[in-house]
Amino acid sequence: MNDGPANTGAPLLEVTDLVKHFPIKSGVLIDREVDQVRAVDGISFKVEKGETLGLVGESGSGKSTACRAVLQLLEPTSGSVKFEGREIAGLGRRQMRPLRREMQMIFQDPYASLNPRKRIGQIVGDPLQRQGVARGGDLRRQVQELLERVGLAGEHYNRFPHEFSGGQRQRIGIARALALKPKLVICDEPVSALDVSIQAQIVNLLDDLQDELGLAYLFVAHDIGVVRHISDRIAVMNEGKIVEQGTADQVCEHPKDDYTKKLLAAVPIPDPKESRERVRNG
Amino acid sequence: MSAEGLLSVRDLRVGFATEGGLLQAVDGVSFDVRPGEVVAIVGESGSGKSVTAQTMIGLTRSKNSRIEGSVKLDGEELIDADDATMRRLRGERIAMIFQDPMTSFNPVYRLGDQIVEAIRAHKGEVDKGEARKRVVELFESVGIPNAERRVDSYPHEFSGGMRQRAMIAMALALEPEVLIADEPTTALDVTIQAQILRLLEDLNRQHGLATILITHDLGVVAEVADRVLVMYAGRVVEQGTLDEIFYDPQHPYTWGLMGSLTRLDRPRPHRLPQIAGSPPSLLDLPEGCPFRPRCPHEFSKCSQDPGLEVRLPDVPDHRDRCWLTPEQKREKRQVEGQIGLEAPQEAPRA
Repeated sequence: MNDGPANTGAPLLEVTDLVKHFPIKSGVLIDREVDQVRAVDGISFKVEKGETLGLVGESGSGKSTACRAVLQLLEPTSGSVKFEGREIAGLGRRQMRPLRREMQMIFQDPYASLNPRKRIGQIVGDPLQRQGVARGGDLRRQVQELLERVGLAGEHYNRFPHEFSGGQRQRIGIARALALKPKLVICDEPVSALDVSIQAQIVNLLDDLQDELGLAYLFVAHDIGVVRHISDRIAVMNEGKIVEQGTADQVCEHPKDDYTKKLLAAVPIPDPKESRERVRNG
Repeated sequence: MSAEGLLSVRDLRVGFATEGGLLQAVDGVSFDVRPGEVVAIVGESGSGKSVTAQTMIGLTRSKNSRIEGSVKLDGEELIDADDATMRRLRGERIAMIFQDPMTSFNPVYRLGDQIVEAIRAHKGEVDKGEARKRVVELFESVGIPNAERRVDSYPHEFSGGMRQRAMIAMALALEPEVLIADEPTTALDVTIQAQILRLLEDLNRQHGLATILITHDLGVVAEVADRVLVMYAGRVVEQGTLDEIFYDPQHPYTWGLMGSLTRLDRPRPHRLPQIAGSPPSLLDLPEGCPFRPRCPHEFSKCSQDPGLEVRLPDVPDHRDRCWLTPEQKREKRQVEGQIGLEAPQEAPRA
């Protein structure tokens, strides 16, 4: 942000041939690298401003590693990650700092992602304070506005995380992610720890916030139904690679890749007649 | 309700004494399971579905629990059976599969040895070699490849899906008549889930098991269940056959659950219908219908508990806990912005 956008015509996020390998080491005194886990093995995708790219895959497919490598929370082994046309792969902590405002993350487990000893006001206000955006009364006002925007009340400012349900905690996580008015929010399984009736609330909230604030989402989940609902485009990951990419309806209705087909066929259909039909047809 | 099943639960109530008072986790659950049948109990966290299952096999007994009602296996009362009887029944006649295959085995013993131990604890006369042979057979029957070698593996050497298969093998080791599966596929990937569900169905058919499936996933229910109980805040809000629950649901909570599903077989709605608010605390239940604060169709009568009653005159096995008339329900359950079934194409595509 301080350096200004390098290229306004560039996609918001452009990932090219991103690779993240983890070494497998062996040996007692001297670690020898014996092999590598190819967690992310050369993936490329783009996220345009204001759009949602869904990343689906089963556990171990590399989706979460991909998110962390995009955010430079893990150093990529190779490949390029461009944010607004500017290369960020390999940037150090300090160089990443101004960019952190622009990309935020929402985590899966709302019970583990909030510090239990801090008040909600501190949790949501922390990014504002750290980035020097607001302080004092102004900080409090901004935090209260954020809480209201995600469907909580300003009075929740002084409460602790344990006083909230799973769905409410996820709202707090969302408020924290939005505090710095990011352009890109990476959502790593944001609803999979929630009950069905609460999942819909959070999905709708994310949808509304996108409309209001023009956010772009990289939405990572294993639940294809949810991903299809929220995404404009979907990329399917398997064993570290993207096996198929297309618009949400294209991928779900006319999958081309065998793995995508297998994945879609395994999703149970909440319709007994339909599911009997499926069994009959093998 | 028609003839009693192999396992018959009547007005089961389970409460726990807590610092905040008596928490009524399960409040009046009744159902029957017959051999070869799958009864699904559906609900969200805190609905009482797991407590119901655990109470059936005596796992909730403690100084602080208050258990009332009746659970009969083949006419034999289990609620007040002594611990020795329950220990014998568990495994031999009723087996349970748990959600998390990662924590259900002891990590420092070989899988085969753990199952051999379970067999020999109940059948002392079976020698180790014989029991081991039995385990190999079981592993083969649940589709674990290289069964002969894999019985000597440790739990960490198995993937999640394989571990859940081993868990099922252990549950079947003593040829039980009743199988309780508590979220058996929740921790698994969809492709593995599909395999495990198929396996459970096959076993159910082959062995004539009476199965109770606890789940929050209506997709899983649609694939395997014969009858369904929908639970909310410790109570059954609706129970009936699979088709009744899916095609003629009577309770607004059931509509809400169905409506909020994302479905791959339908065009996506602009907005997901959602149930507002969150489930009540069991220590502070609203008066009358527990779903009242979240229900868009609430009216004056809802401040009294509707009770779980037969409300469809021509369907004596279907019960629900809602004051609306069947006509009102059929009209109101279509999407009204917040809650309900998808209005336009209600008929399945089949």
